[in-house]
Amino acid sequence: MSTIETKPDGLIDRRTFVDHLVANRGDDLCIVAGLGSPCYDLKAAGDHPLNFYLYGAMGGAVPMAMGLAAAQPEKRVMALTGDGEVLMGLTGLAAAGAEGLENLIVVVLDNERYGETGQQTTHTARGVNLAQTAIGLGYRAVRDIKTPDEAAELHDWIKTVQGPACAVVKISAEAAGMALPPQDGVYLKHRFRERLLGVQPR
Amino acid sequence: MTDQAQADAWRDAIFDAFQDAGIAQVAYVPDAGHKRLIERTHAANGMRAMSVATEEDAVACLAGAWLGGQKGALLMQSSGVGNTINMLSLAKTCQFPLPMFITMRGEWGEFNSWQMQMGETSQAHLELSGVKCYRCETPEDVAETVRVAIDQAYNGNCQTAVLLAQKLVGTKKFSDGGLGDNKK
Repeated sequence: MSTIETKPDGLIDRRTFVDHLVANRGDDLCIVAGLGSPCYDLKAAGDHPLNFYLYGAMGGAVPMAMGLAAAQPEKRVMALTGDGEVLMGLTGLAAAGAEGLENLIVVVLDNERYGETGQQTTHTARGVNLAQTAIGLGYRAVRDIKTPDEAAELHDWIKTVQGPACAVVKISAEAAGMALPPQDGVYLKHRFRERLLGVQPR
Repeated sequence: MTDQAQADAWRDAIFDAFQDAGIAQVAYVPDAGHKRLIERTHAANGMRAMSVATEEDAVACLAGAWLGGQKGALLMQSSGVGNTINMLSLAKTCQFPLPMFITMRGEWGEFNSWQMQMGETSQAHLELSGVKCYRCETPEDVAETVRVAIDQAYNGNCQTAVLLAQKLVGTKKFSDGGLGDNKK
């Protein structure tokens, strides 16, 4: 398990944070990653059959994780996403809050930027607070994370917290580079279902 | 059969088809035409009604359901078709099975001119997005069409839609000084 580092701007380094978050995860945790950097961070931490990476469908990570969590109440299900994706899919964040699933965790990597399109600022750079939003949307447990020490607690928190839970982690806007997971959605689907359910493609 | 009994019967046929197919998650944005079906889904054992605020979230939710081993179905009205378009790329690209049941507005006897645009273009939008569409015009069409749409989606890992015609569903009535009188 790596130490969570900070960047020169004093903010959390996304790559070492995600690596720490999912270290020694096992098969009890299923992860849906939102498009762009959250996918790269998760891939860099180690590919896993129970990772489902979105390369598009912006706004879909949280509602997809919601459907998965409802289908698999014995598993922990995490949506790992960014501020830009959550802002496009606020309705999905609301639906998942309202659905009240105890095994659903949303982790938002909030760099206040659209990283894929040229680092334009998002609403979170202009006063929108996603942790406060999650409280208002009915999440039972909400963490507003700003330091590496706070971030380190999330490793155990995601295994035990009663959801729906949401952690908003302020991270450095410094890009971490691409670590590309498989892009073939049919392959990702089949390997996920084979690992989770033991079913073969038909 | 009375009009009311006939109106209930084809909606109950959809519910029966869901149960027979093992549909476990029904994601929906409400429509008056689906009111009875939504209520029966909420009351059913072994079936979870997932309320979403926009139709694209239902598409993503049901992809997650299938990833987790559960079959789903989507209920919405034609005005919501436009909301699904980008999220349908998730279903299409990953070949997630997705049967959709869409009550039509903007056609037979429509009072509200703002419903015309999506009502008239829903099928074309869906077909451009790769969704196989079937229309139901009469109560007798419904049961078999619903079963075909579910089976095709889950046997073929594809997206299907049943468009329930406004002539079948009933026309929403508007009046000044009162609530709309929805024909069920």
